Amino acid sequence: MWNKLVDKAFLRSVWVYHCNSGACNGCDIEILNVLTPYYDVERFGIRLVGSPRHADAILLSGAVTRPTLPLVKKAYQAVPAPKLVFAIGSCAIGGGCWYDTYNVTGGGDKAIPINYFIPGCPPRPEAIIYGVALALGLVDKKVAPVELKQMEFPVDMYRQAKLLETNNIIYKLLGEEDDRLTFGRK
Amino acid sequence: MWLWNKIKQLAISWKSGVVTLRYPFEPRLAPAGFRGQPIWDHTRCIGCAGCANHCPARTIFLRDICQEIRVLLYDSSRCTYCGRCADLCPEKAITMSDRYELATENKQDITQTVELFMMTCQRCGRCYDLEVKNSLDKLHSLGYRYDSLEVRKVIRQNTADFSPEMLEKTVIYERPKQLEK
Repeated sequence: MWNKLVDKAFLRSVWVYHCNSGACNGCDIEILNVLTPYYDVERFGIRLVGSPRHADAILLSGAVTRPTLPLVKKAYQAVPAPKLVFAIGSCAIGGGCWYDTYNVTGGGDKAIPINYFIPGCPPRPEAIIYGVALALGLVDKKVAPVELKQMEFPVDMYRQAKLLETNNIIYKLLGEEDDRLTFGRK
Repeated sequence: MWLWNKIKQLAISWKSGVVTLRYPFEPRLAPAGFRGQPIWDHTRCIGCAGCANHCPARTIFLRDICQEIRVLLYDSSRCTYCGRCADLCPEKAITMSDRYELATENKQDITQTVELFMMTCQRCGRCYDLEVKNSLDKLHSLGYRYDSLEVRKVIRQNTADFSPEMLEKTVIYERPKQLEK
């Protein structure tokens, strides 16, 4: 009984460290917006701390640019071991519009392991609260992959096309036979 | 004096009341005109790839799987929700919904895949857009192949863009013996 009470009282208090890795300040302003009394996140025990050594989670915003890459890695290593990383905004998730630029790593995914993705450009403050509440187990996940079809074929056209491509020598020479049908899903 | 100030603060805060939203426990709608996750209507999409060509973040991909199927893959991970795809779409198949609660632990949850049924070009054998208004294409989608030139002549008269010159051309039309490289 006492242990359960202690668990409930002490376990779910996430202190977050806000890590800007070259964002445009849109996501940062929304994160600040979350901390205001209007969206009071201290209800859930979420607090902003100044040092990654005090933090349990990192709010990563911005596509990780080349100058900030070592700093982001250092900040990640400084967080004590049970740690969560939230990627906030489309830049931190996949690199945004700059996913293939020379000076950008292409999203926080390629710099540090990321646990939760919060899409939006910038995400609404509610979306950020929702993402953190999802990690805390307060809300259910609302998204799932959508697959739509215009027509259902009696034969498996994917298999047919795959057979056609594997039997064709050109695709073997190109070495593309694997990632043609998977679209990078694998 | 200190206590009196505190009492005054209490009175002020009592007047304003509680402003904090009970957000995750109560739903909160996005304001009007908010651009959330784009949603594809697969019954309207013709597979013209306008959205894929104009997406600033290049999150929309179109690939031809075989002669009849073209697959549209929308990867929401780096989408900036600019709404350009919805503006461009000639058939209004894309709507920017007001869904913003998209947080996941898996990137695959925010993808959309649309399998499009396409026409096959009789010349090159590749996909081309399904023109819904064209009655010839409607016949074609029902499985009718106008390989026979006699039948083809009859169909030509029934199309919307019928003209006597076009009919003359189709009468003397012959398939090329060998495709030019």
